Amino acid sequence: MNRLSFLIGRICQGILALFAIATLNFFLIRAAPGDPAAVMAGEAGAVDEKFLQVVRLQYGLDLPILQQWWIYISGIARLDLGYSYRQQASVASLILERLPATLVLTICAFVFSLVVGVTLGVLAARKPGSLTDRLIGFLALIFYAAPMYWLALMAVLIFSIRLGWLPAFGYQSIGADYHGLEALLDRMRHLVLPTLALSFFYVAIYTRMTRANMIAMSQMAFVKTARAKGAGETRIQLRHVLRNALLPVVTLAGLQAGNMVGGAIMTETVFAWPGVGRLMFDALMQRDYSLLLGAFLITAALAIIFNIITDIIYTLVDPRIAL
Amino acid sequence: MTHSAVSRGRDNMTASLTPLLTVEGLNIALPPGADRPLAVEGAEFTLYPGRTLCIVGESGSGKSTIADAVIGLLPRPHLRPAAGRILFEGRDLLTLPETAMRRLRGAEIGMVFQEPMAALNPLMKIGAQLEEVLEIHLDLPASERRTRALAALNDVGLPRVEEICDSYPSRLSGGQRQRVVIACAMMLEPKLLICDEPTTALDVTTQAQILALIADLQKRRGTGVLFITHDFGVVSEIADDVIVMRQGLIEEAGPAAQVLRNPASAYTRQLIDAIPTGTAQQRPDPGGAPLLEIEGLRRVYSLPGKLFRAPRQVEALKGISLSLAAGQTIGIVGESGSGKSTLGRLVVGLEKPDGGSLRVKGRPLVAHRFDGRVQMIFQDPFASLNPKISIGETIAIGPITKGVPRAQAWARTEELLELVGLRAEAARRYPHEFSGGQRQRVGIARALAMDPELIVADEPVSALDVSVQAQVLDLFESLQKRLNFAMLFITHDLRVAARMCDQLAVMQRGEIVETGPSHEVLRAPRHTYTRTLLAAIPQLFSQTEREFN
Repeated sequence: MNRLSFLIGRICQGILALFAIATLNFFLIRAAPGDPAAVMAGEAGAVDEKFLQVVRLQYGLDLPILQQWWIYISGIARLDLGYSYRQQASVASLILERLPATLVLTICAFVFSLVVGVTLGVLAARKPGSLTDRLIGFLALIFYAAPMYWLALMAVLIFSIRLGWLPAFGYQSIGADYHGLEALLDRMRHLVLPTLALSFFYVAIYTRMTRANMIAMSQMAFVKTARAKGAGETRIQLRHVLRNALLPVVTLAGLQAGNMVGGAIMTETVFAWPGVGRLMFDALMQRDYSLLLGAFLITAALAIIFNIITDIIYTLVDPRIAL
Repeated sequence: MTHSAVSRGRDNMTASLTPLLTVEGLNIALPPGADRPLAVEGAEFTLYPGRTLCIVGESGSGKSTIADAVIGLLPRPHLRPAAGRILFEGRDLLTLPETAMRRLRGAEIGMVFQEPMAALNPLMKIGAQLEEVLEIHLDLPASERRTRALAALNDVGLPRVEEICDSYPSRLSGGQRQRVVIACAMMLEPKLLICDEPTTALDVTTQAQILALIADLQKRRGTGVLFITHDFGVVSEIADDVIVMRQGLIEEAGPAAQVLRNPASAYTRQLIDAIPTGTAQQRPDPGGAPLLEIEGLRRVYSLPGKLFRAPRQVEALKGISLSLAAGQTIGIVGESGSGKSTLGRLVVGLEKPDGGSLRVKGRPLVAHRFDGRVQMIFQDPFASLNPKISIGETIAIGPITKGVPRAQAWARTEELLELVGLRAEAARRYPHEFSGGQRQRVGIARALAMDPELIVADEPVSALDVSVQAQVLDLFESLQKRLNFAMLFITHDLRVAARMCDQLAVMQRGEIVETGPSHEVLRAPRHTYTRTLLAAIPQLFSQTEREFN
């Protein structure tokens, strides 16, 4: 019962936050320079004031801004994200079409960075100051400091162009008529480089965080109690130290999962990955307001959902959090 | 408990002759650059089955290092054995490989630690933590493990064992957690139980129960107990033999009764003399108008509600009334959770009361408006001084913010430092350069800088070694005579209260259950709770006195 009411509360909070974000996005985008009517009219070939007025009238851009906002917000409440006149399709359908690709990429990168980061952190913490520890620390520093797009480009250069091991871009091989298992393998091969590029930064943070927490937790009295019981080193590291050290990592991972959706834009652009990030990038270039707002909103919603999931996981792993 | 002490005294003659644990010429090296080369030097002792050996000493004496060395849990390579042998049933533990040592730990040698709050894994259920001992050492089916875990909890006197088995440690009190740790240690009936200050973090009544429990388990199973403590009262309750340690060296060793009654070493004598006796002198009633008047003081803490969950309220003070005359000391005595610290915080004005009145010299005291008339001295001398601010600045800042010229405030600061027994040049130094006792003196000087009429001292000596504690208490007395401030002295230790206070107020669950002149409260306690508290204090000479009666 308590857990359920907690969940309902968090979802209500999330929905409120979503409307606040939608409002903020709406006004921010109006504050940015560039008139959508002018862009549209320009492409149509006429730039005279009369035609502009017609375009504005047609798309409701002549209405007072608060009224425009109200139309937008009430649309969202009905799950209507608007219509993209550039792509001649509803924003919702455009996003839904692209969402699976983004989700696949983000979830792969999320799992990969957590597993690898925690493993490296545990290895580094086994003997602080050892060669392994310093090597892992050095790697983490590079992953942390190097810009994601640069790492991505380097990966393409080395693994696709030089070695030819992996495809450089796209979601699947074009024109190769794969079926069943072959199609799956083909997609997985396409997934490798984008996932790595998106993960490196997060691998670095999780490594450092896990290492620091492992070292702090090994000083705790309950670890000495476990030793006094006669527990072996593996049992102590995994059951006592790691379990406690993971709690802050879980929190961090939840917060970063939202960021990761944002990071996917860059990765999707570099690797021509047909996801929401790529869609957002194109919409930005074309001043496609409704599509851009829709994409913003969907990434915000993903971030909020990830956070709620983290909170729920947290209450499951830490018994001290009474609901 | 004193009866078992007597019987142990008689067992002296019939003790088993095969030693359980023999330590020979043990040296334990500190890392280079420490204040001395060896943490422990030339330690020698023998423990027989069924007997209790206490290692007593002040902080830094090396007593816990010996305990860690015996169970093989020294923080290597930081601390490492440099010479000597630790023979457990004839086998030298120092040369035993780690795998063999692991088989002994938890099965043949059990250990109980000081911090019950931190000694259990917060993410594992109590049952799982008990069963872990069985998983490591035996190969039992799950149902059998569960049965034995329940039996172990039963054995240490815990109620509703099924429920406790399925709870996480955060649900248990400190005393209950210590019982669980003891249950873990005793589960496989080890021949040797090492207790490292197991009752130091506990209330006095809980301490008495835990000591009785250890003594009882020991008697039933014939366990040898190596007991580390700083408290001679505990020693006299539980020890057959005593080792007094100082700076890594054994200062004195012998049967408990002999060491406690006729210490051969001057250092031991000094430590024993430093313990407050727990008796109070009759003091004159000064009369006159009261300085501090408290009437019907209430304080309610609201625990914030979560989403869709009503907040909870805890009544920390349920209508406290007391009065204190100028230059007098009232002792607020009680166990953790009794509300004594809350009272202190209200009197200093750190918190607002939820009802009742507080007056100093007839004027109401307003929370959060500090005029310096009431000052506070805190428990933890390490946490209560800002490490980045010099001692002088810490002391002078109060008067300076009240408008005293800087030069004058500094001159006064140096005067105060000398008054509390430090040198004037200490003003330019930083907290980390001082010991715990010295820092507490700084805390006193800081309080005095505001020329207070009333000082609230919240457990001011609880974190200090007994000899340092005695010096700080002396300082309080002499300063009070000279400066005539009144004092609200908050303590859990009735012996300290008896020595310091004219009046005592005994608190339990937010109420004052008994109040009166110290010597009357201590000699003829009227309330049962006061009697329980008094009975729970480990008495230094209980054993020897019984022998004489």
